[in-house]
Amino acid sequence: MSQATGIKEIIKPENLVYKKTKVMTGKVLSYCPGCGHGTTHRILAEVIDEEGLQSETIGVSPVGCSVLLYEFLDIDWQEAAHGRAPALATAIKRLLPEKFVFTYQGDGDLAAIGTAETIHACNRGENIMIIFINNGIYGMTGGQMAPTTLPGMKSSTSPYGRDVKMMGNPLKMTDIVATLPGTYYVTRQSVHTPANVKKAKKAIRKAVQYQKLNRGTCFIEIVSNCPSGWKMTPVESNKWMEANMFPYYPLGDLKVPAEENPQKQTNPEKND
Amino acid sequence: MKGNEAVAEAAIRAGADGYFGYPITPQSEILEYLMEAKPHERTGMVVLQAESEVAAINMVYGGAACGKKVMTSSSSPGISLKQEGITYIAGAELPCLIVNVVRGGPGLGTIQPAQSDYFQATKGGGHGDYHLIVLAPSSVQEMADFVELSFELAFKYRNPVMMLSDGAIGQMMEKVWLKPQKERSKTVPEWATTGKPPTRERVIITSLDLDPHRQEKFNEKLVSKYNEIREKEVRFEELSCEDAEYIFVAYGTSARVCMKAIQLARAQGIKAGLLRPITLFPFPSKRLNELSGRARMMVSVEMSAGQMVEDVMLSVNGRIPVYHFGRMGGIVTTPEEVVDFLKSKI
Amino acid sequence: MAKIRGSIVVDIERCKGCEVCMVSCPTGTIAMAKEVNHKGYFYAFPANPDLCIGCANCAIVCPDGVITVYKTKI
Repeated sequence: MSQATGIKEIIKPENLVYKKTKVMTGKVLSYCPGCGHGTTHRILAEVIDEEGLQSETIGVSPVGCSVLLYEFLDIDWQEAAHGRAPALATAIKRLLPEKFVFTYQGDGDLAAIGTAETIHACNRGENIMIIFINNGIYGMTGGQMAPTTLPGMKSSTSPYGRDVKMMGNPLKMTDIVATLPGTYYVTRQSVHTPANVKKAKKAIRKAVQYQKLNRGTCFIEIVSNCPSGWKMTPVESNKWMEANMFPYYPLGDLKVPAEENPQKQTNPEKND
Repeated sequence: MKGNEAVAEAAIRAGADGYFGYPITPQSEILEYLMEAKPHERTGMVVLQAESEVAAINMVYGGAACGKKVMTSSSSPGISLKQEGITYIAGAELPCLIVNVVRGGPGLGTIQPAQSDYFQATKGGGHGDYHLIVLAPSSVQEMADFVELSFELAFKYRNPVMMLSDGAIGQMMEKVWLKPQKERSKTVPEWATTGKPPTRERVIITSLDLDPHRQEKFNEKLVSKYNEIREKEVRFEELSCEDAEYIFVAYGTSARVCMKAIQLARAQGIKAGLLRPITLFPFPSKRLNELSGRARMMVSVEMSAGQMVEDVMLSVNGRIPVYHFGRMGGIVTTPEEVVDFLKSKI
Repeated sequence: MAKIRGSIVVDIERCKGCEVCMVSCPTGTIAMAKEVNHKGYFYAFPANPDLCIGCANCAIVCPDGVITVYKTKI
């Protein structure tokens, strides 16, 4: 498989700097070329591996493109109905408080049909991690308008562009949950460049560590692409995302624990 | 003690691990009692008021998939909301208890007792081919007793169990004998998600299979499970059936009405009896078929437009006349009405 | 003076040819093949292997995790 061209002396186990984690099952991902789901799966798996949590983790997979997520990470899984993942995770964490529990949901799952479950889990401060993939579109069902579709953005159910007079404006769920006292750490990241992948991975690692503190919900939005749904090449879609998605969904922390940044903490009662 | 309170106390004593509910009349006492009784201090049981019935049943899914004894309760409109979660639970083969304290419908209907959710409870309720095991208590004592029985059956067959009560029994106060406190189970079923140790394959709890051939195999497996349940778990009670020419078939509150109706009928020289199904799924079809060999008529007495009567007809298979009698909209039939109806058909 | 030398191994049958690695490579090591793999994708490969510095940028952004990276000092 390798294209060894006289570099056999470099390709030796002792020189290995990057290899896919064993927490990935090895199944070929079901995603389109260039899709950020795969990258997010991998960094999530890497964190679970590096933190030694494979035997302690229960994941809840959604309905959407990542419905088969349970095929790709070698951990225990529960597959939820569309939008209900935070309800499952609530019960899992309350019944097994020592385990690491997370949900992984897309924008249709989390910000449309599962809005109530998401907001109330965050409001109760369920001690879980929620990963929210926002690519502004329903990918699996063929590119329909999502609650996060940008104004004027075309989709199969907004073929002339999202008309905000008719359909309202994109829902910024991450901003909403950041205002709730129940959330402990809320951040918005992306995985389209090496630097962003590293930052996103760091955010996931923080959320994993915060869960041990038992202080509330950690919510990580990943602003991502959908080359097929947006009808672009993967590289074009990443550029389009930078130019159009990021101004509306700016990257960075929306809420950080007081210990890390006393000025930014908006939630003093949660941090005794 | 009220029937609803009996369910709640029995759940704590049965060693339930979790209850997830949402208020709705006429069953809110279950959640209220559990909140007041502090089961977390008594046994470590988790009790949570969810943001909706939809969330509550999905919390049940999450807890059941961890191998825990979990339950929810609601009344008709809330049970309709839970149907999505119930079909996923059935599809993922998870054990749990769902208590339905039925009220009149359709829609918001009334808050008075009814038995108009028989079809929904026994024929599946949500989408897809599945069955719940359905237990029908007719007393406060049975509401208490059926909690533990429900968990036993649920775990034995990895199948959701519904306790189909009604607003009368839920609200009724009767003396009840409660079992002593049982410890919460420490054993974890091997199919449960607990975190994947290196020694085993990962556990995936799902109701999804995109391969139609595998899905069909799974459906066949469910069918054989339901057939086994039909074979082994039929429960019913007979009253004065030995010499009965006319047999009432009734469950829950209607069965209590029929007990009195039998006395009234016999006082008038009419040999009436009662078959009270305790399990509505599996339905006591065999026994009804046997009885139809010597009885002259059966009357399905239900507080509905006639739902269980269809199963009675299927059981009797045309051998003798089968009628339905019942009031609707939250009105409980009186024994006199039942006897008058019987006399009108003799 | 020691020179950093890197090398990548692409699992070409699992590569979907999205090109995200190619644009993330700071040295121009990676190019897309002119032939396709069994799935029909023009896969990524180290066209200029001598330029590789083993920074792992390509592997880090690869959505399908098909790149393994090695690095050494020569």
